[in-house]
This record gives sequence, structure tokens and C-alpha cells, in this order.
Amino acid sequence: MKWLAPVITVFTLAAACAPAPTADETREKLPASDLTSGYKFLQADTQALQDDDFANPGFLWVDRGRALFAAAPQQSKACAACHGEDGAELKGAAAHYPSVDETTGKLTNIEGRINLCRTRHQGLEPLDYETDDLLSLTAFVSHLSRGEPVKVDVSGPAEVWYRRGEDYFFTRRGQYNLACNQCHNDNWGRQLRGDTISQGHGTAFPGYRFEWQSLGSLQRRLRDCDAGVRAEPLAYGSDDYLAVELYLAKRAEGLPIEVPGVRR
Amino acid sequence: MSIRISAPDTASKNEVIELKALIQHPMETGYRRNNRGEIIERDIITTFECTYDGDTVFQARFHPGIAANPFLTFYTRATKSGTLEFRWTDQNGQSWAETHSLTVK
Repeated sequence: MKWLAPVITVFTLAAACAPAPTADETREKLPASDLTSGYKFLQADTQALQDDDFANPGFLWVDRGRALFAAAPQQSKACAACHGEDGAELKGAAAHYPSVDETTGKLTNIEGRINLCRTRHQGLEPLDYETDDLLSLTAFVSHLSRGEPVKVDVSGPAEVWYRRGEDYFFTRRGQYNLACNQCHNDNWGRQLRGDTISQGHGTAFPGYRFEWQSLGSLQRRLRDCDAGVRAEPLAYGSDDYLAVELYLAKRAEGLPIEVPGVRR
Repeated sequence: MSIRISAPDTASKNEVIELKALIQHPMETGYRRNNRGEIIERDIITTFECTYDGDTVFQARFHPGIAANPFLTFYTRATKSGTLEFRWTDQNGQSWAETHSLTVK
């Protein structure tokens, strides 16, 4: 073990002389040329189900969302009254979310935007996460951007949220002590038991998962990932998950929105 | 409950037509437990029936092994103009239906 001593000395010296590496230098990002949708890692049957606009079960929620969008709640106006029939004004909008709400200065995802619309403009109570109504409206609004490449603004007030999401992505957590990047940046495309590890993009969500037998939000998916590494999942709508949504959107920039996606 | 039906609007006489029906339903088996260890009560659709101008052309019985949001594809022969009715009935007798009118030329 004698030879180790000089090596350790050299390292100690290097550490003492060189400035500490910044977070950006140690965090290896996914190269843009490798960007691959989770769709590519699915079996052909599952891909076919997502591509079939009739059989894709996610459309049950899109249909319901379209009906909710058009219907005026009692003593209020319908979403369609402002956003156009069948959401004509919202085409492409979901590809730019999450974004910072100008009034509150807080990062807002599509669920949050729908609830802000409800409280500000419709005089309605906000809807809870994972309720059929909120999932349906989110699915309908996101589906209007299907095929649109993701492009989000991470400058100005959004920057602090983006950094926060990145911190979450690169932080080890849970009993397995794993960070998101260890699977989704370093080992995507490889096998984890019977599954192929995807790159962890959120472009299919809200999406239909066989495991859920239902449509679910991106945050439900994030909770599953946290539970998977045996970390305590965060509450729906928490600031950290919102920040992660923004980080993931920036990371997936250029990939098209697939809502309603179908996943395992 | 959201329902999706795919059926042709028109068909020629004696043509074999494809009918597809999808309904939003949890098809809860009654075998699962919630996060407090309590059994989640069974809640399933038990029968599906498609009638064509009053005659039954397709019928199915569902059991707890059927996945959520069941999707059926089946075929019938177009004989006359009439109404196709797709009806799902659950274990408590509650039912959901959707109709589609078919013109045969």
C-alpha cells in the first residue's frame, strides 16, 4: 500500500490548489444529440396503442376534458368563453409550461394554471390533484400541443426554479441513495430487471400507465420514482416537484409533446 | 363515464362492419388493498351488450380479470338501416349506453 501515499499527497495538493468545482462541472448533462423520448423504449404493442387515436385510453380523459372545457359551470363562464371553441387559443401553449405566473411570481404548471383560472376568472374552487376533472382538463389542454416541441423559459424569475429542479435531479435520496441522473443520464437504454431505463422525460404526461390502469399527472410519476428509490414522495404541487417539472421540461427541450402518452 | 364508439355511418348491404367500444371504468377487482391495508371493494362492469335495431348482435360477460377501461372490438353484418346501441351494466345494475345510427345502402 506504500504507493498510495504519494497519490494521496498529490490529490490533497491538487484539492488545495484548484478552486472547488462548481455544481455545473460535476453534473454531467444528457447530450442534446442523445435526446430520446420514452416512446422509443416501449414495446411495439404499447407504441401502437399510443398511436391509435381511438384505442388510446388516454383519450377517455381528453374527451371528458373537452366537454368540461366547453360547459359553463353554474353562475360562471366556460373555459371556452375566453380560450376559444375547443381551446383554439391554447394550441401550443402547454409546450411552454411550467412558467412563472406574473402576479404571484410563483412557478406554475398546467394543473396550477387551470386552478388559477378557476379561482381568478371563474369564481370556482380549485380542483385537487389526480381528480378526474383536473386530470381531464390537463389532458385536454396538453393534448392541444401534441407534436409541439417543448420550449420553456428558464431566464429571469424562472432561473432560481430551474436551479432548484436541477439540484433535486442530481441529489441522492432514499434508502437506495440514488439520484435521478444515475438512472436517467448515466444508464438510460440499459436494463433494470425487465424494463429498459428511459431518459425520464415528462413529455407523455399526463399519460396513461398500465401500472396505474389510469391516466396520471407527471407529479404522480415523480412520486413513483421517489418511492422507487425508497425516498418519501413529496406532496402533490410541492415547490420541489414544480421545480423538477421545469428542469425536466428544459432538459427535454425539442422533444414533441405526446399527451396522452401510453407508458408501462 | 367517458365512452368512445367507433362505427361506420354508412355501409353497403351484407358488408361486415367493425365496431369498437371503449368505456372509462376502474374495474376494481375486490382483491386489492389500499395503503391502510383495507380491502378495496369490488366494482366491476358485469355485462356488455350491443343491439342492432333491437336484436342482440354481441354480448360479453366481464369478470374481475378484465383490465380497467375495457376495450372491445367485434364485427357484425350490415343488414338494414337502424340504431346500434352499446350498453354496459355494472354489478349493481347501473348502466351506461351510447347509440350510433347506421345507414345501409
